Amino acid sequence: MSKSKKQVVVLACSGIGKTFGALGREIAYEVVELLRPGVAVITCLPLLMIEDVDAKKLVTENPVITIDGCPFDCARKSVESIGVTVHKGYRAIDFYKAHKDLKPEGIVELNEAGQKLAATAAEELAEEVDRLVAEGNE
Amino acid sequence: MEIKVLKVGIIACSGEELPEGTVSRIACRKVLDELRPGQTVTICLPLFIAGGKEEREFASKFPTITVDGCEKLCAAKSTEKLSGKPTRSLLIPEILKKRGVDLPTRRRHLGIEEKTAGQAVAEEIAKAVDEVLE
Repeated sequence: MSKSKKQVVVLACSGIGKTFGALGREIAYEVVELLRPGVAVITCLPLLMIEDVDAKKLVTENPVITIDGCPFDCARKSVESIGVTVHKGYRAIDFYKAHKDLKPEGIVELNEAGQKLAATAAEELAEEVDRLVAEGNE
Repeated sequence: MEIKVLKVGIIACSGEELPEGTVSRIACRKVLDELRPGQTVTICLPLFIAGGKEEREFASKFPTITVDGCEKLCAAKSTEKLSGKPTRSLLIPEILKKRGVDLPTRRRHLGIEEKTAGQAVAEEIAKAVDEVLE
């Protein structure tokens, strides 16, 4: 019998220097707070850097989605650094490339277009969450 | 010959799970952009893992102030482990308690609590920057 996976961990970039880092976080919050609460969960990315036992357990025992704000891919690499494979890795800029009419701006808070883009991108992530949950329950 | 330090590195925990992580971002951006521009620089904390030699040497190039949102101290511990011991380590709940400011409750769609807390923490970071640069 396969193990039931009822949660999916969504980890966003921790960056404070770029708009696309803020966009990644906003997408993650949309998914965990509004679209798939209880199923999609978030944790602090830096907890993985200090090898926090609870955070490590969470990402080891559940599928992980990362959303990165720049090509350094800090979120994905932080997960991989503790020996866990990321199930799906996104780059926030790719959502903008697919929706050029929604140009995100701001770092502490996104502008209105950025908020709309995050909501749109979150729909796509929510589908991926559903897929991973279904896979885990097969 | 004494070498004068001109810039201080600010490293926020930026923890996504907690409102205090959001406050760390607000406060650090305020210091970098408004309170001490030109005297402060930053690096994204996980870049110590994802980046190269230059990022790892960040704390050897700059005196650093870490800003943590909770007692797990991810910013202080990671900086010390991967780059170098921080010059100063600030903890947001301690700052807010000292200044009589309510703890923030939101991670996004910032309200008055988060903005007030962000301002209080930013002022304390700026004070620490001045002390380090003295």
